[in-house]
Amino acid sequence: MTTTDDLPVFLDALLARHGNNPAELLQMLCETQHRRGWIAPQALTYLAQRLDIPRARIEGVASFYSFLHLQPHGEYRVLFSDNITDRMLGSQVLMEKMCQQLWLQPGKVSEDGLVSINTTSCTGMCDQGPAMLVNGRAITRLTHQRVQEIGSLIRNRTPLEDWPADFFHVDDNIRRSGLILDNTVAPGDVLRAALALGGKDVVEAVKDSGLRGRGGAGFPTGLKWEACRNAQGTAKHVVCNADEGEPGTFKDRVLLTRHADLVFEGMTLCALAVGAQRGFLYLRGEYRYLLEPLQAILQRRRDNNMLGKNILGQTGFDFDIAIHMGAGAYICGEESALIESLEGKRGVPRNRPPFPVTHGYLQQPTALDNVETFCSAALAVQMGAEKFRAIGTPKSTGSKLISVSGDCPRPGIYEYPFGVSVREILQDCGAIDACAVQVSGPSGICVAQSEFDRKLGFEDLPTAGAFMVFDDSRDLFEVARNFVHFFAHESCGFCTPCRVGTSMLKQTMDKIAAGHGTRHDLNEIENLDKVLQTSSHCGLGRTSCNPVLHTLKHFRPAYENRLKSLDFEPAFDLDGALARARQMTGRDDVGAHLKPEDV
Amino acid sequence: MSKKLRIATTSLAGCFGCHMSILDIDERLLALLELVEFDRSPITDIKHCGPCDIGIIEGGICNADNVHVLYEFRKSCKILIAIGSCAITGGLPAQRNHLDLESCLTEVYLTEPGLAHGHIPNDPELPLPLDKVHPLHEVVKIDYFIPGCPPSGDAIWKFLTDLIAGKTPELGHGLIKYD
Amino acid sequence: MSDTFQLDGASVPFEPGQTVMQAALAAGHYIPHLCYHPEFKPHGSCKLCTVKIGGRTAASCTMPAEAGLNIESDIEELNALRRTLVQMLFAEGNHFCPSCEKSGNCMLQALGYDLEVHTAGFRHMYPDRPLDASHPDILLDFNRCILCELCVRASGEVDGKNVFALSGRGITKHLVVNAESGLLKDTNIALADKAMHVCPVGVILPKRVGFSVPIGKRKYDQRPISAQALDDAPRQGDAGGSCASCEGTS
Repeated sequence: MTTTDDLPVFLDALLARHGNNPAELLQMLCETQHRRGWIAPQALTYLAQRLDIPRARIEGVASFYSFLHLQPHGEYRVLFSDNITDRMLGSQVLMEKMCQQLWLQPGKVSEDGLVSINTTSCTGMCDQGPAMLVNGRAITRLTHQRVQEIGSLIRNRTPLEDWPADFFHVDDNIRRSGLILDNTVAPGDVLRAALALGGKDVVEAVKDSGLRGRGGAGFPTGLKWEACRNAQGTAKHVVCNADEGEPGTFKDRVLLTRHADLVFEGMTLCALAVGAQRGFLYLRGEYRYLLEPLQAILQRRRDNNMLGKNILGQTGFDFDIAIHMGAGAYICGEESALIESLEGKRGVPRNRPPFPVTHGYLQQPTALDNVETFCSAALAVQMGAEKFRAIGTPKSTGSKLISVSGDCPRPGIYEYPFGVSVREILQDCGAIDACAVQVSGPSGICVAQSEFDRKLGFEDLPTAGAFMVFDDSRDLFEVARNFVHFFAHESCGFCTPCRVGTSMLKQTMDKIAAGHGTRHDLNEIENLDKVLQTSSHCGLGRTSCNPVLHTLKHFRPAYENRLKSLDFEPAFDLDGALARARQMTGRDDVGAHLKPEDV
Repeated sequence: MSKKLRIATTSLAGCFGCHMSILDIDERLLALLELVEFDRSPITDIKHCGPCDIGIIEGGICNADNVHVLYEFRKSCKILIAIGSCAITGGLPAQRNHLDLESCLTEVYLTEPGLAHGHIPNDPELPLPLDKVHPLHEVVKIDYFIPGCPPSGDAIWKFLTDLIAGKTPELGHGLIKYD
Repeated sequence: MSDTFQLDGASVPFEPGQTVMQAALAAGHYIPHLCYHPEFKPHGSCKLCTVKIGGRTAASCTMPAEAGLNIESDIEELNALRRTLVQMLFAEGNHFCPSCEKSGNCMLQALGYDLEVHTAGFRHMYPDRPLDASHPDILLDFNRCILCELCVRASGEVDGKNVFALSGRGITKHLVVNAESGLLKDTNIALADKAMHVCPVGVILPKRVGFSVPIGKRKYDQRPISAQALDDAPRQGDAGGSCASCEGTS
């Protein structure tokens, strides 16, 4: 673990592989992390010297990403996915059991340096949870038995490669397919059609199709491509956002598993439309297992002249795609933070304007879209704008992949034309006693029973695809608390309101959960919400209070039932505050307690 | 004014510096006494607080006794004022808050040479320390805050006369101080 | 003739490329701020300078000035927001003014005074942030860091040394120095560096001069920050513009 003798040899090879390019820093750090399970201080110093980047800045980058460690973190690093859907499937008990089995506390490394166990944000396996990552590899469908087997494999130091393959099996769980999932487009088909049109007409076709971004914000894709096409720059870029981090979302995982060719086809189409020569697919670290299959597909496309120089014989149409790995930072799903991360920096959202279409990757014009957007764009060009527009609703054309999870017998991927109602999806997935649905993840909307006739689409309920179902046995306060913890963990820390506000929100929710809240705390929540909404730097902060606002609106009693009193006096666990001193002094007399009647 | 306002004051985990500053309003005290009378306070030596209009508390909350006194004040006083850094932020006593109470007590009574003869005092007469020192507003509702370490006599005078006159107190530049 | 925008009903001229904050200060209109410094590219992290344009809010230090904008700043709604942001910063770190040698020269404190912040209101977080006293001439007290990145910017852009950087994420974000040991003594910082003179609070302090100006006679003891900041802002015809807020504690 501690031998660093051959470190320079490793790092020299690494640096050479990445052309000593500082923009590849995060990729180099990921590979260094992968080598020993952590990044030694000497490695940072060495990289700093060779790349001529200040060491402190490299430390800053490495410490930003959850999956990179600057201290030894165990030969086996176990991370339980901590989305509310994992919890509903019993992940917390499984984690406790595993900690007991391996004699360690969550977040700490075992004394022999063998293993650490902790939680991580949603790993995108909500339809087959509870899930975990072991040394970055996704494991699904955890049961007591499986967790125990994993514990034994770790104790016996069995290499990950020798673990049962079934542990790592990921189902696609496609329950309902449509335009995208049923497509039979052969690789190259769309590109040939696009080359016949020419870049300018591709832009027109995408504009005409009415396609809007599938990442949730819904910006018209054609307008984005047009702006990028018209932008001044020496080297344009196409970036695919495959950092699918919104808890409850896993449709991009399925697209990248089954329709990667269509994704790359869409990216190449975009390159033709905007005049880009380089493309990146930014893949979330949780989907690391997809890297090799995706690389193989890229290579096949190169071999078939669908990437590289003079694509499909079109002189001067040069474009290639590289895959960059994320390393555990939800904020990198925000487009400008993603670009910062692509450049090898901390994933902090940029100030806008300027926007990525004019000043994106390395300050060059960049067209950045979601995985599903590229697929839809390819299909829109293939089938023609008019046909595409006929699907969905006037302002939300085409179809949408929905990731269904939570309390229903048939979780998985459902493709619908836009305009489908919440109720219809609930019927299809077999959820009979749903009391609420979290649409579009924690940053989205909590839809209560009375609103189940609302429709998915930019006219009513915009969504990036998450659809988490809660039945009437669920405590919506605990759901909101899980989401609040998520945002506090994922805040990048750049701006005051989000850095401090999300943490304060977390403290307050925890205080209410512990039974020490009063109406004073509800007031504080409302105050924090206002500050977060009006002054946060980016969408993370502005939407981080949504789970609380929405559940307070529809499920206020779930909060009030936990309050110590409904008056405005603050309160906390005063007798608990004496516990430490009681233990230290061995006292248990009357004076060593704060009696309830005092409170 | 038909009836004098009744005021109580006390110092919890504080140094009495804020009380010194109250005395520092000097001869204006006489004018103040035209308007108010003192209930429980180091000035009167009354031990328990009766019904009051205004309670002024110096110092933060570091032990069980502080909590009892604070509750007594909150129950008895219509308006509760936190005065000084310790009452408002925890202040100097709260400088131990980033340390674990166990390591504090161990270092003071067990590992360092001293008079306690190697044991942590456990006499029931002593109020037990809380694991952290808290500003007053974390324990009860506080209506007003007069910052400063201590606030000047002028600041206290301005604040109280505003309050007694029925105005929302404002200190303004020169009187509002945190140091 | 330069274009103008409206700020709280007053007409403010601006040059192309100026942000709302830069134009406002140059024209003698104060907008509260902490992480903005006239000599550095604004980055907009503290959000104290949030203003209202139509129904939207934006950080005025990074917002490009545009002709015809109708901007509100000195209104109770925004001052209440600023008060809360100042309270959040006080609750986040360990800001014990009575023992801080920057007291009276501290922008966070002065903003608190100006906004009549009497209490942090929230529960204090009391983080554990050990000092770095390793350097013979310079003390780092991280307890007071508000993560404005001015020292990071100054050390990188002016001193060309990159002594400081930010590490960690979210509420655990913190300042680090450019040394494998993590200690300031192993960096090439010097007393004359720009980075020594930009900290708005009391993190980066020259040793042995902390109380050469007595408490009560310091910058913001004399005049409120709203008046000081206008004096410090570069004006037209003022080459470079001296910056009083860059002065150290000495």
